[in-house]
Amino acid sequence: MSNTAKATPAEKLVEINDLKKYFPIRKGLFNRTVGHVKAVDGVSLTIKQGETFGLVGESGCGKSTLGRVILQLQHATGGELRFEGHDLLTLKSRELRELREEMQIIFQDPFGSLNPRFLVRDIIGEPLRIHRRLSSKEIDSEVVRLMELVGLDASRRNRYPHEFSGGQRQRIGIARAIALNPKFIVADEAVSALDVSVQSQVINLLMKLQKELGLTYLFIAHGLNVVRHISDRVGVMYLGKLVEVGETESLFAEPLHPYTAALLSAIPKPRVSDRRERIVLQGDVPSPANPPSGCRFHTRCPFAQSKCSQVEPVLTEALPGRQVACHYPLQ
Amino acid sequence: MAGRLLQIRDLTTGFVTEKGIVKATDKVSLELKQEQTLCLVGESGSGKSVTALSIMRLIDYAGGMVLEGKIDFNGQDLAKMDQEDLRDIRGNKIAMIFQDPMSALNPVFTIGDQIAESLGLHRGLSDSEAWKEAVEMLKLVGIPDPALRAKQYPHELSGGMCQRVVIAIALACRPALLIADEPTTALDVTVQAQILDLLRKLKEELGMSIILITHDMGVAAEMADRIAVMYAGVIVEEGTVQEIFENPSHPYTVGLLQSIPGLEGERGKELFTIQGNIPGLGQIPSGCRFHPRCPHAKDICRSKEPDDFWITDDHRTACWLFEDKTTNKQDRPIKEGHI
Repeated sequence: MSNTAKATPAEKLVEINDLKKYFPIRKGLFNRTVGHVKAVDGVSLTIKQGETFGLVGESGCGKSTLGRVILQLQHATGGELRFEGHDLLTLKSRELRELREEMQIIFQDPFGSLNPRFLVRDIIGEPLRIHRRLSSKEIDSEVVRLMELVGLDASRRNRYPHEFSGGQRQRIGIARAIALNPKFIVADEAVSALDVSVQSQVINLLMKLQKELGLTYLFIAHGLNVVRHISDRVGVMYLGKLVEVGETESLFAEPLHPYTAALLSAIPKPRVSDRRERIVLQGDVPSPANPPSGCRFHTRCPFAQSKCSQVEPVLTEALPGRQVACHYPLQ
Repeated sequence: MAGRLLQIRDLTTGFVTEKGIVKATDKVSLELKQEQTLCLVGESGSGKSVTALSIMRLIDYAGGMVLEGKIDFNGQDLAKMDQEDLRDIRGNKIAMIFQDPMSALNPVFTIGDQIAESLGLHRGLSDSEAWKEAVEMLKLVGIPDPALRAKQYPHELSGGMCQRVVIAIALACRPALLIADEPTTALDVTVQAQILDLLRKLKEELGMSIILITHDMGVAAEMADRIAVMYAGVIVEEGTVQEIFENPSHPYTVGLLQSIPGLEGERGKELFTIQGNIPGLGQIPSGCRFHPRCPHAKDICRSKEPDDFWITDDHRTACWLFEDKTTNKQDRPIKEGHI
């Protein structure tokens, strides 16, 4: 909202329709498939050019799987997936490889996602070596430019990742992701592993890069305050399905789905005046291998009625710009 | 007013390394009253967990040792006690729970057995009595079908359920003090809310004190009576929860609170940041440990470690900025129990 690039996000960059990703559960002597974990089960969603779409939900809700399927790091079981109009599910692998330049990922763990035996200059330069025909001198000057862009001391490019702190390592991961000048970046819990004082530095960096490079983000996180800060729109997932999608501010101010409301009220606020009654959900998230009938949230929903256990609610527009999948939305 | 349960004076804990002794905490002083919750907050490497392990003297098993200081627990100095006597206190009078409930439980014993174990050990109950009490404990921590669940193994329970079991084990002997080291960090927010509610309820019912270690200022705001903020092995600020949140004084506390994005108000604008990174244990800066990252650093900050300055009777900060604004330490001696 704060800049003009975001003010007219008309163009659709990513279009998802009824996307599914099932993982088979195999058992027994012959590895027979006895069931499926429905990690992503019919998700429809559009991400517009230049916006940040936040995806929230608890562990096991399928948010990371959705991010990986969008990048085709995992094959979809069904549905449609378009990136800039290209149908990613039917694309040949060579064409897909070319498109990969346009879409990149930043991982959560700044320790596990960088090869410890590569120099930082090789980590950041690797995508350039694969996708661009550049001399090693050109690659080096590009690495210097990228490191300066993400706020790293470029004179340290001949060092190994373990010589950097967690926040600096995450900057290395970001430099690698933007090396090919992509349009779309999936940030999968990109700041979750960082300490608060370092986390805010990386959030500022991500927002600065978006402004300068015109990036589109899919920002996957469980930290709701961070998601609110960075996202234009937010989708809430529960057990493989989107239960609510909307503009960030209105969704946080007036959640319509009981799950969104419970999730928001569960966050402890860093203020003393806010010790108030919360909606404390009973029980745990059910297994995605065997989701409840009807609305998947009905087993934990404080407002569930008999219809909820029988009929599955569809994601429909409840307010302008707000979709919710609930038979009895709040208000 | 409830009596004092724990008083820590100048606790310094170190680890022996190839390069000599590295101090993980330096002159930590804290006090805890009965039925009070104290939150130790700080970022990774600030020494919160080391402080907790030192109180239990479990640090001896983690390659460290208490170098200096006093840990007065109900009149006994835990810092000087030998391990044999400490076994009487651990699990009995002071219990501890950890971040990852799955790895805190033994996968090859039923959860009932694991709760009954400490009851047999510390309270001398027979097997059948201990089992009965174990089922009662499961009921107390809100596990449905406790009699059935007691016969199950940890892998049959979810993360939130496992943390309830760990709490049941910790509280089985009705300890006077529970030390909880990031008990909800590995859990989802809706489950975290359940566990925090449970801890609050049990504290009331059993009348115990809690030391809660967390990096989440939100959790601290919700649970604490008092908060101690740690940075690079020292306590930089300590006071009541109201004082810390409404009148934060140390530039580190102020920065920490400002860098958290809120759930209301303007979004998308640049967040406040504390420049630089947390120093490692081997590279503790001279003077005030925060001075390389502090926007207000003066000459004295670089050369001399700050004393504790009392802002109110109940609120101290280790920052030279408050040298003139408060009466100094000599006038308000820490030993008189002002903490």
